[in-house]
Amino acid sequence: MSLSAPETIEEIKQRNKELIAEVLEHYPEKSRKNRAKHLNQFQEGGKDCSVKSNIKSVPGVMTIRGCAYAGSKGVVWGPIKDMIHISHGPVGCGQYSWAARRNYYIGTTGVDTFVTMQFTSDFQEKDIVFGGDKKLAKIMDEIMEIFPLNHGVTVQSECPIGLIGDDIEAVSKQKSKEYGGKTIVPVRCEGFRGVSQSLGHHIANDSIRDWVFDKMEGKPCPIELTNYDVAIIGDYNIGGDAWSSRILLEEMGLRVIAQWSGDGTIAELEATPKAKLNVLHCYRSMNYISRHMEEKYGVPWVEYNFFGHSKIAESLRTIASHFDDKIKEGAERVIEKYRALSDAVIEKYRPRLHGRKVMLFVGGLRPRHVIGAYEDLGMEVVGTGYEFGHNDDYQRTTHYVKDGTLIYDDVTGFEFEKFVEKIQPDLVGSGIKEKYVFQKMGVPFRQMHSWDYSGPYHGYDCFAIFARDMDMAINAPVWGLTKAPF
Amino acid sequence: MRQIAFYGKGGIGKSTTSQNTLACLAQDGHKILIVGCDPKADSTRLILHSKAQDTILSLAAAAGSVEDLEIEDVMKVGYLDIRCVESGGPEPGVGCAGRGVITSINFLEENGAYEDVDYVSYDVLGDVVCGGFAMPIRENKAQEIYIVMSGEMMAMYAANNISKGILKYANSGGVRLGALVCNERQTDKELELAEELAKKLGTFLIHFVPRDNIVQHAELRRMTVVEYAPDSKQADEYRTLSRKIHANKGNGIIPTPITMDELEDMLMQFGIMKQVDESQVGVVAAAG
Repeated sequence: MSLSAPETIEEIKQRNKELIAEVLEHYPEKSRKNRAKHLNQFQEGGKDCSVKSNIKSVPGVMTIRGCAYAGSKGVVWGPIKDMIHISHGPVGCGQYSWAARRNYYIGTTGVDTFVTMQFTSDFQEKDIVFGGDKKLAKIMDEIMEIFPLNHGVTVQSECPIGLIGDDIEAVSKQKSKEYGGKTIVPVRCEGFRGVSQSLGHHIANDSIRDWVFDKMEGKPCPIELTNYDVAIIGDYNIGGDAWSSRILLEEMGLRVIAQWSGDGTIAELEATPKAKLNVLHCYRSMNYISRHMEEKYGVPWVEYNFFGHSKIAESLRTIASHFDDKIKEGAERVIEKYRALSDAVIEKYRPRLHGRKVMLFVGGLRPRHVIGAYEDLGMEVVGTGYEFGHNDDYQRTTHYVKDGTLIYDDVTGFEFEKFVEKIQPDLVGSGIKEKYVFQKMGVPFRQMHSWDYSGPYHGYDCFAIFARDMDMAINAPVWGLTKAPF
Repeated sequence: MRQIAFYGKGGIGKSTTSQNTLACLAQDGHKILIVGCDPKADSTRLILHSKAQDTILSLAAAAGSVEDLEIEDVMKVGYLDIRCVESGGPEPGVGCAGRGVITSINFLEENGAYEDVDYVSYDVLGDVVCGGFAMPIRENKAQEIYIVMSGEMMAMYAANNISKGILKYANSGGVRLGALVCNERQTDKELELAEELAKKLGTFLIHFVPRDNIVQHAELRRMTVVEYAPDSKQADEYRTLSRKIHANKGNGIIPTPITMDELEDMLMQFGIMKQVDESQVGVVAAAG
């Protein structure tokens, strides 16, 4: 805990200003100019957070970002459980993304579902020199033979594919034809494209548009429709998040016809343009396909937030507003049903967490979405930033943060360390690469990508898990035992 | 051991010139290794009397990887014990031939192909299109580059571009431009133009190889002229070229490539190109 914490908002703003200047001082001039645009603090009434975003990281810094392949294979496509995702290229990319991001799913792995398996074309020198098309075709044949219950294949391009000009589209078309029109999706998500994983999300979204939706045109709808059909978009079911979200939507009377993409299937993707409403959790990674479905199929979409009881209630009402009174009443019923549970969580944890300060640095939607959950527990988020956010994310952040919140876009290892050192928050929420740095500084930490192998955190039931985990991190007796002997 | 390389525009006669030159060097008693760095694999055809041999990359692909190969598998011995290897590469439009060149040269080095030779000569395709085809001019590879060119405009463009490639690696690796070799195309003022370009690039024209149909007669027999007709005038030309190259050891320079504008000015000066009337650029022909 900070000893001489600034008291007034003016003091906080002054401290933040000095802190940013102090950090920037360490950079060479060109990097300083570049990084200065990414660091700021939120000013009450601002339209965005006054930082630049979605720009190439400075060479030489420790950035927390991923690549386009990570965005497509690791985020958007990887969780689609009944398809096989080939990491096309040398073995490393597939190897290091093996087992996925805790995108839980139901199925028999290796028989009808494949998420935690690794499929790679394992490029050798000769594949680079002579091209990998033939090998890719052979892998697809082997997949069809060894895993006959697969419902499709995607080709996730690694960097070399974009250099040697493999015609993965031609192979995909050819093999799809050979295997009775099976969905085979080539994805041009070579890692060197773009500035972060964000472009990979976009490319993956576009590949669904071009190779899944367009293929469905003129075909009859695969399911019987109701007036209450919704699709969950942008929930990757980390630790079961999508399931705990689905419960609430179903309890209020809606029917979930698809999960994108945690525990999702190709049939669900195909059915989604028939939904009455797309409910969008991770705006950053799936706004593209949501907009497309709105334009082309007339499916409206609405963003929601299932972290913490306040935001859940708000979101349930927003979603319900797109439907009739039956659903609106359903939303109220659900909110009422869980009130006692939420109250109990607050009663138990708020006294233990009240007034504690949090600094976040995550991807996607979380740098803003989890703020409400912390505030429900009486905690305060004093700094936040996006790994790969765009300006529209920072615009959306203004609804969550308060005056004087420190904002750091694509934070570097050095900056983050210095900020935490100076601000001395009671909790840092970020990823595995940051975890031990801060724990060694004696600062409690929770991984907010993987929920630290806990979760799920979405929905009412899981708010209890969230509160318990934050309490466990902050109030663990271990922090009293970590006095340095020097 | 001297490592030299022949570069030049596609179809300029690099392979013919280099094989004839190297055959002459062999006649003078030098031990030669030719490394063909062209996916077409035709850099050693006249020495081996055979159209195409097993290339490093095709054998490696068949065997699994380049590590599965032995040097004996890929090294062929031809006229006057000249040793020949071809890198080979993918068919046009697939894969990465540049990477293939890198793979092949690394394989040759690691497996001692360069032991006990006086000359290693690289014959590289057309232009320096990517890093792979610049491999022979990188560190510890070819020390002297001979650019085969003619009085044709595109051949001179290519020569200038190759000089840019040499310049890029000259300071880090020590590669030098040996000289220009003009392979006569019987264009206007060819000799003067070649000499002028050489001067502009900071080098000199080491030899002007006249056009002679006997080269075609030899090629049809898959032979060098110096083997097919050693007493011919053309054989003498190649012999002269080879001796000049032999004597040119250590005289290479760092080239001073010129801009496109300078090159066009030069061509205009020699009347090869007409003065461009800027008011006519992009104007379509009048109807009728």
